[in-house]
Amino acid sequence: MSEIPQDLLYTEDHEYLKPAAEAGLVYIGITDYAQGELGDVVFVELPKVGATFSKHDVFGTIEAVKAVSELYAPVSGEIVEINARLDAEPALVNSSPYGDGWMVKVKLSNEAERASLLDAAAYSKKVGQ
Amino acid sequence: MAEQTTLKRTPLRDVHVALGAKLVPFAGYEMPVQYPGGITAEHRAVRESCGVFDVSHMGEFWINGERAVDFVNYVTTNDVAALAAGQAHYSTILNDRGTIEDDCLVYRFEHRVMMVVNASNAPKDYAHIARHASRFGVDVHDATDDMTLLAVQGPATAPILQTLTATDLSAIKYYHFAEGEVAGRRAIISRTGYTGEDGFELYIDNESAVPIWEALMATGQVVPAGLGARDTLRLEMGMALYGNDIDDTVTPLEANLAWLVKLPKGDFVGSDALKRQKAEGLKKRLVGFTMTDRQIPRHGYPIYYEGQPSGIVCSGAMSPSLGIAIGTAYLPMAGAKEGTAFEIEIRGKRFPATVTRPPFYKNASHL
Repeated sequence: MSEIPQDLLYTEDHEYLKPAAEAGLVYIGITDYAQGELGDVVFVELPKVGATFSKHDVFGTIEAVKAVSELYAPVSGEIVEINARLDAEPALVNSSPYGDGWMVKVKLSNEAERASLLDAAAYSKKVGQ
Repeated sequence: MAEQTTLKRTPLRDVHVALGAKLVPFAGYEMPVQYPGGITAEHRAVRESCGVFDVSHMGEFWINGERAVDFVNYVTTNDVAALAAGQAHYSTILNDRGTIEDDCLVYRFEHRVMMVVNASNAPKDYAHIARHASRFGVDVHDATDDMTLLAVQGPATAPILQTLTATDLSAIKYYHFAEGEVAGRRAIISRTGYTGEDGFELYIDNESAVPIWEALMATGQVVPAGLGARDTLRLEMGMALYGNDIDDTVTPLEANLAWLVKLPKGDFVGSDALKRQKAEGLKKRLVGFTMTDRQIPRHGYPIYYEGQPSGIVCSGAMSPSLGIAIGTAYLPMAGAKEGTAFEIEIRGKRFPATVTRPPFYKNASHL
């Protein structure tokens, strides 16, 4: 069983949105289920700080030993910070997907998009838990 | 008649499930690609200590008859007559065009020969070689479904396995084998492998699979490893994988396997075509490459040599031992030398690659 924290929002593509301390900012990463399916992550390609994305845009790439996976923006917004630790320690995505393995911190440009995401119960159902 | 699509299972399938393995369809079998520890940890266990792979999907053919050696010499490229009883070698099976139907191991016993072929090719190989059997008066028996194959690999393998067998493992040299017992059950104990590390491959009866696996686990020093680690381990050594690096569009000369071709031994399937190709000269050759970027070059990605499309990546991976991207590709002869720069297209962008002579990993323990 993979971990699905109650207080986060999720996408069909197995990304999560986690509220940051600052209002209007969120952390984005991939779920515990997604890291388990991907296997050992060896490289995470992230955008530059300041880049802007629309919902569903590809904003990065995860290379795992057996597969490559695109990262899709769960919401529209601007990248305000990237997790620089992943450059040297990509395996943090496996060991701590909701903690030290976060990928980008984003300033939402359209708060209303939150409503289109899945809550923990809906995501659990999607991954068959 | 409808094709039976149910995946075959090895005798260890339930053991893999109990260990939490991720099972995938591979060559018609349900096989473990990794266990919960992950590919990188399994890879490291084999490089540093000892891992065990269930590779029971591999095909085994027994060739019986007085002229078994002559027969296998005719359907493979290496020189079987040069093997002593108790010795094995790597070889290829060609068609009349001289291209590779399969790669295989050939084991010479006192009165018979065993060929070990790729699972996905086994039925095709059997049909391909069996049509020559009557000419040599030999019997070719496909024992794939009756045999389990465990590959126990890593520098610590010999001392660990020695605790389970009375056979003196130090007396079995690299690419030699002995018939003995492991955990009280009969086994062909072969000092071979597909990882570059010292180790043994155990050919055993299906009913011995679970007891021998459990005896290995009971030592507490053997890590279960899946097909994912098997692939990164073999690629670090530059060992070919059928379907990626070699297939029936290339000859062993093009595939850097000329060392498996013994033209002086006399006529064999594909020998005329190889002689012709040798006289005309090669147009392309399989090379190894390394990259400095951290994207992973994967099978099928386009390559560019001197700016022109020039085929695809055959095998590619992020090397767990070296931390860099490695792979193989066919390049025109002019570029098929150490240091040649070319490009690989990864998701629409081209990245530089440099021809590098394998093995990529230089510290393997094999004898």
